[in-house]
Amino acid sequence: MLITRKAEFSASHVCADPRLSTEENERLYGRESRPLGHGHNYVLEVTVCGDVDPVHGMVLDLKALKEIIRKQVLDVYDHRFLNHEVPPFDRIVPTAENVARDIWRRLKDPIGRLGPVLHSIRLHESDDLFVEYSETPAR
Amino acid sequence: MTTLTRRYRFSASHQLRAASYSEQRNREVFGKCSNAFGHGHNYYLEVSVQGDPDPRTGMVLPREALDRWVTGAVLDRIDHTHLNTEVPDFRKLVPTSENLVLVVESWLVDAWGEHFGDQPARLAGVRLEETPRNSFRLPPPGSRDTQ
Repeated sequence: MLITRKAEFSASHVCADPRLSTEENERLYGRESRPLGHGHNYVLEVTVCGDVDPVHGMVLDLKALKEIIRKQVLDVYDHRFLNHEVPPFDRIVPTAENVARDIWRRLKDPIGRLGPVLHSIRLHESDDLFVEYSETPAR
Repeated sequence: MTTLTRRYRFSASHQLRAASYSEQRNREVFGKCSNAFGHGHNYYLEVSVQGDPDPRTGMVLPREALDRWVTGAVLDRIDHTHLNTEVPDFRKLVPTSENLVLVVESWLVDAWGEHFGDQPARLAGVRLEETPRNSFRLPPPGSRDTQ
């Protein structure tokens, strides 16, 4: 069974590759490349996969999942300028794709230690854009 | 594997009736959607593309390239139109959202090569919201036995 927990954080970023010219960055990333940055209210959906425990009737302890998301993601990302304050975004462009993959890496092992498997991450950067990331084979 | 989804809006009107049905039969099957002058919706279209982000840009595909593709292939053709009379695909086909999402997907597939022919990413699904209560989702082309 899949179970999804949602969380929100706000952060700012600039999407630009320092090796490219201003014009090239503007062409690739549009207004996301403006040098002083801008913010989003990100919405994160974390989906885990596991069997329902026959005794307590739950896939996992949702409070424990909430705590992992808070510690691994919100405490790191919330109200931060990603390029300046959250590695690895001092080295890689904090696109929604790269942020989703970084969140996956931060959550995978702590959730695995709870029992269920991290199934997928959905990250909404805005109302009209979201990415989904998974390294778990479809089942 | 990363799936990127972008959401677009368009407005269009339509009238649901099958040419071969009687007035009464159309009324029974399509209800108020068969009213003679048609009616409109604010549709939302979600287009998903899938691939590994380019290691240099960190993106599956640039947003503005997606916007050019969807705008040219879909939005310019149907935004603020009367589907039955202005969109040739619906001369004979009832413009239900089931049919509309299939037509939209075929337009996106047809225009893919021109925009992304040299890219490893692929179209990973199309979802159409007709109203907040009705939405229609197509899994990736190629993963379905029949349309």
